[in-house]
Amino acid sequence: MKLHQLSLFVENRPGQLAAPCRALAEAGINILTLSLADTEQFGILRLIVRDWQRAKTILEAADCVVNVTEVLAVEVRHQPGGMLEILEFFEREDLNIEYTYAFTAPRGDKAVLVFRFDDPERAVDKLKNSRINVVGGVELFRDVD
Amino acid sequence: MAEHVNIENRIWNPAEALERSRLTALQLERLRDLVERLDAVPFYREVFARHRIDRDSIRSLDDLRRLPFTTKADLREQYPLNMLAVPRQRLARIHGSSGTTGKPTFVAYTAEDLRQWAELCARFLTAGGLRSEHVVQVAFGYGLFTGGFGLHYGIEQVGATVIPAAAGNTPRQLALLQDLGADALVCTPSYALTIAETIRERQIDPDSLNLKFGHFGGEPWTEDMRLRIDRQLGIRAFNNYGLSEVIGPGVGGECLRRDGMHIQEDHFLVECIDPQTLEPVAPGQRGELVFTSLCKQAMPILRYRTRDLAALDDRPCPCGRTTIRMSRVTGRTDDMLIIRGVNVFPSQIEEALLRVEGTAPHYEIVVDRPGTLDELTVRVEIRPQDFSDEMRQMQQLRQRIDREIHSVAGLRANVELVRPQTLERFEGKAKRVNDRRGERNGKI
Repeated sequence: MKLHQLSLFVENRPGQLAAPCRALAEAGINILTLSLADTEQFGILRLIVRDWQRAKTILEAADCVVNVTEVLAVEVRHQPGGMLEILEFFEREDLNIEYTYAFTAPRGDKAVLVFRFDDPERAVDKLKNSRINVVGGVELFRDVD
Repeated sequence: MAEHVNIENRIWNPAEALERSRLTALQLERLRDLVERLDAVPFYREVFARHRIDRDSIRSLDDLRRLPFTTKADLREQYPLNMLAVPRQRLARIHGSSGTTGKPTFVAYTAEDLRQWAELCARFLTAGGLRSEHVVQVAFGYGLFTGGFGLHYGIEQVGATVIPAAAGNTPRQLALLQDLGADALVCTPSYALTIAETIRERQIDPDSLNLKFGHFGGEPWTEDMRLRIDRQLGIRAFNNYGLSEVIGPGVGGECLRRDGMHIQEDHFLVECIDPQTLEPVAPGQRGELVFTSLCKQAMPILRYRTRDLAALDDRPCPCGRTTIRMSRVTGRTDDMLIIRGVNVFPSQIEEALLRVEGTAPHYEIVVDRPGTLDELTVRVEIRPQDFSDEMRQMQQLRQRIDREIHSVAGLRANVELVRPQTLERFEGKAKRVNDRRGERNGKI
């Protein structure tokens, strides 16, 4: 159920974001979705790719600092209130979100959001017993790639 | 190695363990003699005349503080040999400083000076375990540099066997170590590491060598380097201190406890001062070391400002020596930065970074003055294992570094985390400071 997300340390200077993207481009690796968290000093680039192990090797060979984090891809209704429904569920179940970002392409009439929970195991547990659809890697990559 | 650990503490000369009151009396008598002898040096004679200083005006060791300092610049002005206190015919040898910080300076010795020098080296070598049955390979440069000849005659004085291998040609050093089986190695700590690396590259078993200990000096080094030398060569590494202007090696050296270097106080008066105010700092506080040579004949020196930063420890040492101990040299006054009026040393930044678990000691210090205020930026490479996907943890890492720098150096720095391997690497002396303050208005 869980997806492997790659997190990269990037300095807050011109060209820092291009370097890892260039490495992936040269290796023919498509970035399915991404998010960039930034501070005045540095940023964290989070990437979802199909073959995370190969991407990690390539990025590290390009002198990037890479971390692997487990996240969940969750389907929500792509309509007003869709996001709210799922947030209310998390609130009820006392699941704490570290951060979230979205896949660009909708999956049918649904949007797919990436969630990082402070306790991913418990989140998986709660979601399994709900009506919310957690999209696994195989399914997800078949549709969006 | 185990054999050496069990070696007994031995004191070469009872002068190393004099009662403090007797030592002070001896120092005072020698200081008075020195002032009289320095009258033969025009440079000192002039200052003494101006300040009405003579032998009789020195009544206690506190009067030392009324005497003038001698600086490296003074020595350069007296180039080549205008600081002599004896006629040239009495000189037995001339050595020189390497001149890495400018024009070289020369120092001179009478036959009696050379005898005393060998004696001083014999003392610290004995303190660090050298005995007459040992064989010592000296991989110091022989020449104008005082290291090679200083240690050479000290080892002979102890009665041990010298192999004067001289510096360089590492394969030959290894062959000598293997074939002649030296018990001890004498060289700079960085050369000891080079030898250790070569041993590893050539897959020589360090245990197949007879090396048990080493006496290293001639440049500042760290406790971390000592651990590496100890481990990689399977020896115990001892630190010693000296500088040509004062005599060369033999000013101080470690005893078996390796907890500070005993200064040969019957020969040298040591002071530790604040390099800005020139006032003495409290024991245990870091300051600039200042030495006065009490016994040297040819070129005695008064209150020589070494520019070496270290701390003094006047607590008694269990080894029985009563002399004051100096810490390792942890920096040079030349490296000192004044930022918003606060004295900051690169080594303090390094110390702060080492305290923060999770930072590699690769860093750069950038000082700038964008407006009217100085700004200190410390750029630190993060190690891959310290990188976290969580912003909070990364911010905490930065805050920890910031706090440590504030607590060690007493001022706030902008801490910038940078990717590994992005800061410049250095083969020799690392250049970690980038002071841009002069660039804006054309002068510093």
